[in-house]
Formats: sequence, C-alpha cells, structure tokens
Amino acid sequence: MIVNEQVAIDHGLKKDEYKKICELLNRTPNITELGIFSAMWNEHCSYKSSRIHLKKLPTKGKQVIQGPGENAGVVDIGDNDAIVFKIESHNHPSFIEPYQGAATGVGGIMRDVFTMGARPIANLNLIHFGSPQHKKTKNLLRGVVHGIGGYGNCMGVPTIAGQTNFDSSYNGNILVNAMTLGLVKKDKIFYSKAAGLNKPVIYVGSKTGRDGIHGASMASASFDEKIEEKKPTVQVGDPFTEKLLLEACLELMAGDSIIAIQDMGAAGLTSSSIEMASKGNLGIELHLNKVPTREAKMTPYEIMLSESQERMLIILENGKEEQAKKIFDKWNLDFAIIGKTTNSKKIELYFEDQKVANIPVNTLVENSPMYDRKWKKAKLPKKNKIKKQELKNLNLIDILKKVLSNPNVCSKEWIWQQYDHTVMGDTIQKPGGDSGVIRVHGTNKAVAASVDSSAVYCWAHPSTGGKQVVCESFRNLISVGARPVAITNCLNFGSPENEENMGEFVECVQGIGEASEYLKFPVVSGNVSFYNQTKEVGIKPTPAIGGVGLITDYKKMITMDLKKVDNIVLVIGKTIGHIDQSIFARNILDEKNGPPPEINLFNEKNNGETILKLIEDGLIKSAHDVSLGGIITAISKMCIQGNKGITLKKPKYLINEIEYFFSEDQGRYLIEVAKKDQKEVSEILNKNAVHYDELGTINEDQLIFNEKTKVTIDELKTSHKNWLNKYMSK
Amino acid sequence: MKSSVITFPGSNCDRDIDVALRKFGFKNKMVWHNDAEIPNSDLVVLPGGFSYGDYLRCGSMASKSKIMKSVINFANSGGMVIGICNGFQILVETGLVPGVLLRNKYLEFICKNVFVKINNKTNIFFKNIDKEVLEFHIAHNEGNYFCTEDQLKEIEDNEQVAINYCDKNGKTEEKFNPNGSLKNIAGVFNKGKNVLGMMPHPERMIDLSLSGEDGSLFFNNLINNLK
Repeated sequence: MIVNEQVAIDHGLKKDEYKKICELLNRTPNITELGIFSAMWNEHCSYKSSRIHLKKLPTKGKQVIQGPGENAGVVDIGDNDAIVFKIESHNHPSFIEPYQGAATGVGGIMRDVFTMGARPIANLNLIHFGSPQHKKTKNLLRGVVHGIGGYGNCMGVPTIAGQTNFDSSYNGNILVNAMTLGLVKKDKIFYSKAAGLNKPVIYVGSKTGRDGIHGASMASASFDEKIEEKKPTVQVGDPFTEKLLLEACLELMAGDSIIAIQDMGAAGLTSSSIEMASKGNLGIELHLNKVPTREAKMTPYEIMLSESQERMLIILENGKEEQAKKIFDKWNLDFAIIGKTTNSKKIELYFEDQKVANIPVNTLVENSPMYDRKWKKAKLPKKNKIKKQELKNLNLIDILKKVLSNPNVCSKEWIWQQYDHTVMGDTIQKPGGDSGVIRVHGTNKAVAASVDSSAVYCWAHPSTGGKQVVCESFRNLISVGARPVAITNCLNFGSPENEENMGEFVECVQGIGEASEYLKFPVVSGNVSFYNQTKEVGIKPTPAIGGVGLITDYKKMITMDLKKVDNIVLVIGKTIGHIDQSIFARNILDEKNGPPPEINLFNEKNNGETILKLIEDGLIKSAHDVSLGGIITAISKMCIQGNKGITLKKPKYLINEIEYFFSEDQGRYLIEVAKKDQKEVSEILNKNAVHYDELGTINEDQLIFNEKTKVTIDELKTSHKNWLNKYMSK
Repeated sequence: MKSSVITFPGSNCDRDIDVALRKFGFKNKMVWHNDAEIPNSDLVVLPGGFSYGDYLRCGSMASKSKIMKSVINFANSGGMVIGICNGFQILVETGLVPGVLLRNKYLEFICKNVFVKINNKTNIFFKNIDKEVLEFHIAHNEGNYFCTEDQLKEIEDNEQVAINYCDKNGKTEEKFNPNGSLKNIAGVFNKGKNVLGMMPHPERMIDLSLSGEDGSLFFNNLINNLK
C-alpha cells in the first residue's frame, strides 16, 4: 500500500503531523511505520493536548515512591510494603460493546498494576450513563456491570467500591473508569526501563489476533452515527488467561531474571516496545514472524497494532530464558523470544527476513506533537435567588424520599452485589460506605480507597469542581478513619479542539492541582480521556479522582451505620445553606444554573485532620461525609445502614430548614459520639477551631423532625433501595 | 490434622481456604492439578474460583484433570472431601455428589451473606455444631442446584441434603432462595456423607472484621470432629 497524505489522514493524523513524520524520517514512511506513528501520536498514547497542563500537578510527597510516567503510581505504606495503583478509562469501547469494553478496561488496569510486581488486591470503578429514560441506558448499564464483574470476579480480586451516575450529557458517551490497587514489597517493584545490550526481548501471554487494531486511535476520536462499524476495534477479554498470566508473572518476578517488563495495553506491541526502549535510551530489534499469532497471514502492520489482551513484553537477563520458559509452560502460556535490545536507538522490525520498519525511537516519543491548545476561561455563574416562600410550602419528608430515590443518590446494591467484593478474605468495609477498605494481608494495617466525581459542579465552574472532587475523595477516606496518602485521576472530557471543552480541562486540572497541593494529597498516576463527544456534543467535564488512604490499625476503622440509641450526632463544618447545583436545586426546584458550593481548603484540611484525631482517640462511633443531598440525606443513609432513627433538633440558624438540610456546603461530616464523650469531643473541636452543630439524638427506628414531620427508617430504606432494582427489572 | 487444597488453573479461593485451614489448626498443603497423587491427608478441599476459566461448563474440565483421579479414589475409599463453590461444581461433574449447578435464576452473579439451615447433624461435617442456622457468604454465577425427581427422592431419603438457604430463623421459603436452587438446596453430601459440596464460602466468615464468624464455627467444629 502506498502511503500518502490521505492515508495518514485516514489514520487519524493531521496534515502537518504527517509532514512532520516525513521530515523526521527524511522520507515517506511505509504503511507499517505510518501505523506505528499513528498509534504513538494519537491523543490516547501521546497526551499531546494535555501534557503541558498535567506537568503542573503536584506529584511528589513523603510517601511517593513512583509518580506518573510508569505503568502505575506507587506509595509507601511502611514496613517495606507499598501500594501500586492507577485508574484508567475505557469509555469509547464500552459504549460500542459494553460487556467487552468494560471487561477489558478492568483487565487492562490490573495488568498495569501487576506489571510492577504487585498482586492486585482491590478493584474500583466509576461508571457514568446517560439519562435513565434514554433508550440505550439500561442495556449499557447491564452490559458494563456484567463486564466488570465477569472479569474481576474471575481474576479473584474483590471490587470494593465505585461510583455510578446518570446524566443526559452521557447519552452518547458513557464513562467506564477502572481502578486497581496492588500490594508489593518496596524492594521488589518492577519498572519498564530497558537496560543493557543484546538482552532477549520476550513475548508472553495470549496469542496475537486481529482484535483491537487501532483501538487507541478509536479512543482518540469523537463518535458519529457510524460508531457501530467500530465494533471490531473493541478488544475481547479472557480473564482466565489473565489470571494465569498474573500467577506466572509473579512467579517469575520472585526470582531475579527480569530487567524490565511492560504490559501490552493501548497500541499493543508498538507502545510497549517503544516505551521500554525510550526509557532505557536504547534500540529494539523485533522479528515479527516469532510473535505467536492466533490467525493466519497476519501482516507486520496488524501484529504491531493489534490490541489483543493478556500479553506482556519482558526484557530478560541473558541466560535466564530456559528458567523463565518453564514457568510459562507450567501455566500453559505462550513464551517467545522475539528480539533483542540494541544500541541503535531505533525500533527495527523484521518480517520474513525483510526489514519492515526502521524508526528512531525519539521521533516517536520525545518528538511527538505537543499542543498548547486554545482554551476559554469559565465565568463563575451568578447565584440564584431562592424564593424563601416557595420553600416553606415544601414537605421535608416528601422531598427527602424523592432525593433518596434519585438515581444519583439511591442504593447501588443491584450493581455491587454482582461484583465479588469479599474474595481474598480481607475486605473489612464493603461497597455502600464512604470508602472500601481491605486489610493488608497478615498485618494490622488496612488500605482505604474511594473513587469520586462531581460533573455537575465541574460543569458549573471547572476550577471549583476540580478542587471539590479532590476534597470529596479526602473526606471519603477520612470518614473511614484512613489518612489520605495519594490520588490517581482519570480526566474525562470532550474534544480538546473545542475551546470551551479545553477550558474545562485546563481549569479542572488547576483546581485538582490546587487542592492536592494544599491537602498534601499528590497525584501519582492517571489517564486522560478526550473526545468523549458525539458530533458536536461533549459530556459534562468529569475528572474522576481515585483516592487511597492508610489505616495503621484496622480495628480502628469507622463505618457509617449508626451504632447506639441515645448517642449524639454532630455536624462537623459550617452550614451556610448553598443550594445552587445541589440535588435539591436541580431535581426538586428544577433550577440548573448557579455556582457550585465554594471550597475552603483550610477548613477541609482542618476539619479532616481533627476528625482523624477524634478517631485515633476512639471518640467517634460512626461517621459519614456530607455530600449529594446534604445533611438530611447523609443522616438518612446512616440510619438506613444502622437500622436506627434520629430525633433532629431544630436548626438554630436564620436560614430556612430546607436550606439547612439540603444544602451541599463543603467540608462537612456527620459523626456519632457517645453522650459521655460529648464534652471531650466539644473541647477538641473548639481547641482546633472546628465549627460544629448538634444534629440530634439517635432513636430506635424513626427520623423525627417534629410531631408532624416524621417517617420510619423502613420507609426511607424502601425509597433508597427500590429505584435501581425496579428500573433494572422493568 | 493434615489437609490438602487443590489448585487448578483459574482457582482463586485457594489462598483463602489455605488461610482458613491453617487458622484452625490444619497442616495444609497446596497441591497442583497436574500432580498424580494427593499427599497423605485427612481432608481434601476443592476451592472456589473459575477452574479452566469455567469454559465448556463450570467444573467440567477440572473434573477430568490429572489430580482428580486420586481425589476420586480418596473419596471412594471414605476420605473426607469438601468442594466449595467452584469446588462443588467440580464435584457434581465428577459424579461424587448428585445433581447439577445451573446458572442463577436471575442470570446474575450474586455476592452476599445468606443464612443456611443445617439439615443433618449425623455426619462428620456438622456433628456437634450447636446452631441450627449458620450465616454464610455466597459469591457465584452458577449455583442454581438441580436434579431429577428420582435423584431428589433418593437424596432426601438418604438425608443427603446438607444445607438449605433460609432466613435467620431457619425458614426455608422461596423468597430466601438467592439463585433458584431446587428446594433451596445450598449443599449436598454423597451417600457415605464423607463428601460435601456446597455453594457458600465458610472461609470468608472466619473473622469478626469480615462478613461474620460462622465460618470459624464450621472449621473449629470440623477439626475437632476429625481428631
């Protein structure tokens, strides 16, 4: 096939990008080479629109062992233990083929983690769908949930937490972000940097097929009405093979034969070999006839661009080939020596004794395009004037039931019951709480993890929204008694070529950076997903934050279920009554405009640290952060989980009680304390200048505001639990 | 007491059951599916997971693996065998226990706590347990127990139904049946009652910090009965 500008454009490259390739090579690339450039230079692999902004994120910290740039981030949790973690998107494939798209998303992120030598110990996911009324939503939700479960359950890794959201902006582009945490000994971490000359390059895992060719390019483009034709670009997952690959890799890693290892993810053999060579400042020579293929007559182009799953590339020490092969034979996996490292600093490919590609590695990596795209700054929207009179006519209990059964607030049990969340025998906090918590096997430590997003706030004001998501993650970890350690982010946005979408990206990243810097909650890994867009319509900006925290004594972990009648519940943090962009404003008042709640980073940090101190002193019986739906929603969930009621005090503020109960002011928590401890808790809160109110006293089984305004917890439980079950069984 | 846990390619509860057996005093050995003989054991456990990817039919390929000949001989000569979840699926495929396990009624994987009623305490697995109802944990996609009418009559006559899904008070009504199993059956014995196949995972209930402690009760009782 003759390569020209049109062929390059068909590969998703821009005219000037093609020109640059010809200049760098000083000739016209052949088709294999063009394929390799298009795979390395697309948005998904090159981060060409985002790199310039991502550099500004804080990535260092006392506990950070490895920040962005490797397969995953690594943090130190003491005693020679480290946690490896990352979140990644699989949005585009999941919309085209929900089961396989979601399944291979989960498989891919687990490979990123065990590539570094860590055994995966927990999975999380963030899934966003279009409006529940949209004709595709139900099937997409079912397919995605089955796919996530199908892969994670088979791997035997518990899925411990997640977030599900519905919003019409995802009607044409759903989000599927998968996160994995792995556990590794600090001195047994593996990296992808090649080193040494004439070292054997080994291919292990599944055979290479024609699936997923150009998957990464597909993920770097907007959708149009022809998306169904893209089904062949979606990879097909085989969790059984991945389980074998995991065990075989960990067995090999127990020895000392690996120099570098890299999984074949997006852009398959192309990106894995080039990344290893680039990091080691070496060349790589590959003989493509030696690559195990599952289909006949595959061309070099297809072999290099296939995104078949469950494959790894390893650079071994010389002389260790036989020993390594034995392990992969035991697990019935392919093992092939397909090339060697060289000092040419080129990627040189051979097929049927012919040289089929010859590209300097730096042209693919360092010389890849980087854009400082134009972006538009967002204005802070004006506050809405709430008509106080209108609020007076509303019935607190009726609204509460509506909010609890809102698709974005209701119980997601239908989803997480389909995920094995208890395998590995260390899950001490299941889905449905603020964070999932797993013990570090055989120790007193535990790791908490949560995944959060708040697209509505980001859409209303990106920089505030960006800050908010980080704070929400911080609070979710604090609420279970974990000290926040670090975050990973998955930045889901529309087209970077659209100034408004690009502005949303830039300002969300600014917000994330500011909050993570202030809270000493660094970003150690992440992923950018642009072009979540169908024709001209992009999704609401949705940065997802995966937070990881450490509990040094797992017996001190806190859950959100109310524990004891007559205990007191306090609201930590000040309630001002910010209604704009709340669930209440958007769904009860049908008011979609206005600014999101403000973030005060000092209060976030101070409130959070003080709560950790109270937990450390054993003064908190249960805790929950106040988020969507405000105080009354938060306390209702605590009542539902604990099968207890609450007798609420009348708020002593000048604001309306509806505003008090439903506003979504930030930096707040609810905590349960025993009456006998109340004085001590108040003293600690006062000493640390933390604002608090008394919310009420725990009773047997009712939520009581006054004699006329009350409801049984069973009734609230029904509102909370039923929506999703009913929706899925219709 | 000596135990052996068989690891098939795709087993994923093998470590969990190893942890549980050791916690309650067993000297446990892990045995590879491709080995010819099980070591000298008082108990053999087939763990949960997705042996051979659960391709073809759950448990089907594992039931034909090399080690299973030795396990079948061990069971037929009166040796104690437990198959949990995928292990139960393997047991029905070997024919060591009667019946089959179909896909869950609502076609969805289920992971949650359930209550099971102990039907028979004359066997070595449940003898001396002072509770009638245990809280166990299930996590499976194919746990819908089924057998023919003749088989049902036979296993009922021989008291081979080990445990049934129920509520916390021991009521075995259809609404407490998580997966559509015939007669709420959650576990069955072979005729000799030395082989037990069950869907619930007692090894996930061995610590108050986990889903509960009735698994501890089960294993403690088991090792005492074996002594």
